[in-house]
Amino acid sequence: MWTGILVAVAVLFVLALIFGAILGYAAERFRVEGNPLVEQIDSLLPQTQCGQCGFPGCRPYAESIANGDAINRCPPGGEGTIKALADLLDIEPQPLNVEHGVEQEKRVAIIREDECIGCTKCIQACPVDAILGSAKHMHTVIESECTGCDLCVEPCPVDCIDMVTIAPEIRNWTWSPPGKSIIATDRQGATA
Amino acid sequence: MRKLWDFSGGIHPPQRKSQSNREPIRHAGLPPKLILPLQQHLGSPAETRVAVGDMVLKGDCLAAAIGTMGVPVHAPTSGKIEAMSRQPVPHPSGMVDWCVTLIPDGHDTWCERHPMPDYQHRQRSDVLARIRDAGVVGLGGAGFPTSIKLHPPERDKVETLILNGAECEPYITADDVLMRERAAEVVEGLNIMAWLLGPELCVIAVEDNKPEAIAALRSAAGDTLIEVVTIPTKYPSGGEKQLIQIVTGLEVPHGGIPADIGTMCQNVGTAVAVYRAIYHGEPLISRITSITGNAVAAPGNVEAYLGTPLEYLLAQASLQSDRLDRLILGGPMMGYTLQSALVPVIKTTNCVIAAARGELPEPPPEQPCIRCGACSEACPMELLPQQLFWYAKAEEFEKAEHQNLFDCIECGACSYVCPSSIPLVQYYRFAKGEIRAHNDEQLKSDRARERFEARQARLEREQAEKEARREQRARAAAEAQAKKAEQTDNGGQPLDDRSAKTAAVEAALARKEQKAGKAVSDARKAGGQTGTTHSPGNSGSSRI
Repeated sequence: MWTGILVAVAVLFVLALIFGAILGYAAERFRVEGNPLVEQIDSLLPQTQCGQCGFPGCRPYAESIANGDAINRCPPGGEGTIKALADLLDIEPQPLNVEHGVEQEKRVAIIREDECIGCTKCIQACPVDAILGSAKHMHTVIESECTGCDLCVEPCPVDCIDMVTIAPEIRNWTWSPPGKSIIATDRQGATA
Repeated sequence: MRKLWDFSGGIHPPQRKSQSNREPIRHAGLPPKLILPLQQHLGSPAETRVAVGDMVLKGDCLAAAIGTMGVPVHAPTSGKIEAMSRQPVPHPSGMVDWCVTLIPDGHDTWCERHPMPDYQHRQRSDVLARIRDAGVVGLGGAGFPTSIKLHPPERDKVETLILNGAECEPYITADDVLMRERAAEVVEGLNIMAWLLGPELCVIAVEDNKPEAIAALRSAAGDTLIEVVTIPTKYPSGGEKQLIQIVTGLEVPHGGIPADIGTMCQNVGTAVAVYRAIYHGEPLISRITSITGNAVAAPGNVEAYLGTPLEYLLAQASLQSDRLDRLILGGPMMGYTLQSALVPVIKTTNCVIAAARGELPEPPPEQPCIRCGACSEACPMELLPQQLFWYAKAEEFEKAEHQNLFDCIECGACSYVCPSSIPLVQYYRFAKGEIRAHNDEQLKSDRARERFEARQARLEREQAEKEARREQRARAAAEAQAKKAEQTDNGGQPLDDRSAKTAAVEAALARKEQKAGKAVSDARKAGGQTGTTHSPGNSGSSRI
């Protein structure tokens, strides 16, 4: 009887060793670099790199959210980003924290070029290298790359940078949802 | 008789085609001004090649193609470029876009044309380039550049080439009259396309409600291998995927193109445009448009120059403004209400309906969905319109995408049968637009992230380099210090800076004297032959 028990224990022990070795190898071989949650959160943030959340860029804020920080600090993302983050993290969406700013229409920076003195301060401030120019030469904004973060406006010594709302245009137009349901008599009133 | 298949769903709305197909094609003539949008096709807008005030000839290129999906725009007649400005264009948004305005001079003088009737002895790429340079796009409605469509990916071999003459949407008869009157040109155009693609089978598919067109095509095709196939009338049999299914029984896979299953669809109007481009060297400068509806007294089909304002065509068709309820561009199923009659005819304008009051009324207000399932039965793409509707309404776009929202061809069959008159297609268009906008935004934010990270990396690198340089300088200074200290140790007697300098000056002076003595003796040897020998002072000073 004892031999039977001993054999069983020995077999289980050997099996445990084998599986332990396999699991240990897999843990090393398929190790995930970094925190995958941070990547997921970062991909939902709007990447304006504006710093309005109080962090130096979107990624640091993503790391902070992964560590349990509030998800309502991103004004450029607005309600849409908060909803997406809430879905991802399975928590309740909160209203945007107005301490950090309010949601605005999409904007781009435009330099009034004849007033630019070529000081390069805005170039140094731009987080995405979307401003072109060099010392004592006119600067200009590459509109397609501008994230509308506002960071170039403050450093400009001659205040020649405007933030301009992107106007609706035929190429970025999309269909609007059908109007709210009305009853037939409402429509008669509306057309009469 | 060829075996035909059927597609699921479909509807039979009232035809109302006889309003406009009784008269032969009329030429609209020259309007007082032509407005030519730079984007009349699917793809990137053309780039202007003329300046305001230029005189151009009929057929001159006004704007050149940009990028692979570009298509040029040509002058429909000779005249003067009056302006380049943003003007209302035919678009559901009613917005403005860049247009070239041409004032005809009335002479209608052609530019030099280069016909290519011997195309069969040319390179295929030359013929395709000619079609592209002639600005030919799909005239059925989407405006896809024809030269690109006729050049499918290498891996795809087109076995069945289908010429689409179904024209299934009510009211529209532009293709019908074209096939009746220009059947020979249709067949020649098809021959060119067939030469380019080398298919095993060429089919012209026409709905059975156009017997005259079928007869004309049959006699034009004669005993060639082209088959003229009569298909049953059912909307939307003229949809590309539906027509392929009717003729071949094959279904275009999700996300694929017809060439993936060895088929291709081209519109009959496109075939005529290809024929004119190759045999006559004429670019696409006019098209046939149906002007119909109960609010015009003389409905019919006109051949109008591109850029002709619709107002001009409607006036020719005797528009009765007091009866007009709304103007619809395209058919009643897939078209949209026009906000202005000032917009021009463009390459894809196949029909304008001037609807009288009560003819095509706005749908009654939307009522709740009663889950009757009529929409799924009508859907020619075998989608679940009801599910798509719920998801689009709740803005759950990801789920709508999972239900293959992007396979929807927006034919409007579901809205047509809906007993609650829900504008289903509008919901789908809204959802598609939102998804596309979101994808664009995602791309943009990904690029911003890349740029931000590249910048961070650059700043770090610069910082590291600066640090390295600073360290190097510090090391060099320390070494110099050490060397000095070493010298001091070796010399035994400490030399201060001052005495070192004095020693250096003395050494220099000694060298100078030596040199001066040598120079003087050299000069004596030369015996004044060279008057420009360097003065001792010069050489000395340069030494110190």
